[in-house]
Amino acid sequence: MNPAASVVDFHNSAKLIGAGLAAMGMIGAGVGLGVLFGNYLQAAIRNPAGAASQQAMLFLGMALTETMGLFSFVVSLILIYGIK
Amino acid sequence: MANQPAIDPMEQFVVHKLVDLPPLHVGSLVIDMSITNSVASMIAGALILVAFFALAARREIVPNRGQAVAEALYNIIDRMLVRPILGEAGRPYVPYLFTLFLVILVLNLMSVLLAVFNVAGLNFTFAVTSQLAVTATLAVLTFFSVFILGFVKHGPKFLGLFFPSGMGVIGAILMAPIEMLSYFVRPVTLALRLFGNMLGGHVVMSLFGSFVVALGLLGLSGGIASLALVPSAFSFALIVALTGLELVVAVLQAFVFAALATVYLNEVVNFGHGH
Repeated sequence: MNPAASVVDFHNSAKLIGAGLAAMGMIGAGVGLGVLFGNYLQAAIRNPAGAASQQAMLFLGMALTETMGLFSFVVSLILIYGIK
Repeated sequence: MANQPAIDPMEQFVVHKLVDLPPLHVGSLVIDMSITNSVASMIAGALILVAFFALAARREIVPNRGQAVAEALYNIIDRMLVRPILGEAGRPYVPYLFTLFLVILVLNLMSVLLAVFNVAGLNFTFAVTSQLAVTATLAVLTFFSVFILGFVKHGPKFLGLFFPSGMGVIGAILMAPIEMLSYFVRPVTLALRLFGNMLGGHVVMSLFGSFVVALGLLGLSGGIASLALVPSAFSFALIVALTGLELVVAVLQAFVFAALATVYLNEVVNFGHGH
């Protein structure tokens, strides 16, 4: 194998490993969503009458939590497609 | 097996021209006016919306099916968002929020639902909302109209938004850069949320769709390879479930975009009350 090709190979594999590592940031968003919906369900079972009124807040919290995971998703996309 | 095209889940997001139109020259700026698949999808979405509301928006006391759907959509914005969050002061902003919600909803749903027509190499669907340019435009428009509205309504007092109360003068000045950063990152998050959700969902659906075909073809070649039909069937079951999930996400993201726009408006409309 010629040295130039192995440098390109190394570059590409490092890029993909980096993308995989960046995608691990979504673990946090997954945990966060679990906590969010778990706590909502718990509260909703304790007080079913008040559950419906908080649904908009639930989805708002979901959106804000999810964004943190999407940042890492976007970073990994940039690593795969954005870097030549 | 050897001459199969590689699985490329990103290919569906490529913008390509359908109709070539002459470019528009504005000063030294050249704007390509060609109709791309993205533009065609947006035009179709707008036509669907206008046609639906032209038929459904009647003023009957007993609504028919179309009117019931239109009123239910309106109530999502009016009863769930504007009244609880903005209160009566938010009435003038209902049309904007409702339009924002409907545009995103229709474009999201079109990108999932019209996929049933994608047979024999035809491609009717294009996920407009998985283009960062489109979501960023919506986010920047929303954010800066709210920001400018704040200055129009409250003048320089609106800058008080960046100085948290109850921290003393030095504390507030120290906090101001952080508050500003978290304020101006809003359009970025607003755009990335819709973009990321739609892109991610479509990539996953496209991946499992190509698994169904690739593994199914492998399984049909006979012999021990027939075992590949099992994961193929599993992928098919999964893609049915994923389509359901994508429909939920499509509606939810439209709602969330409108909800966040409402929350941002709330700081302007009810500036200085509470918080």
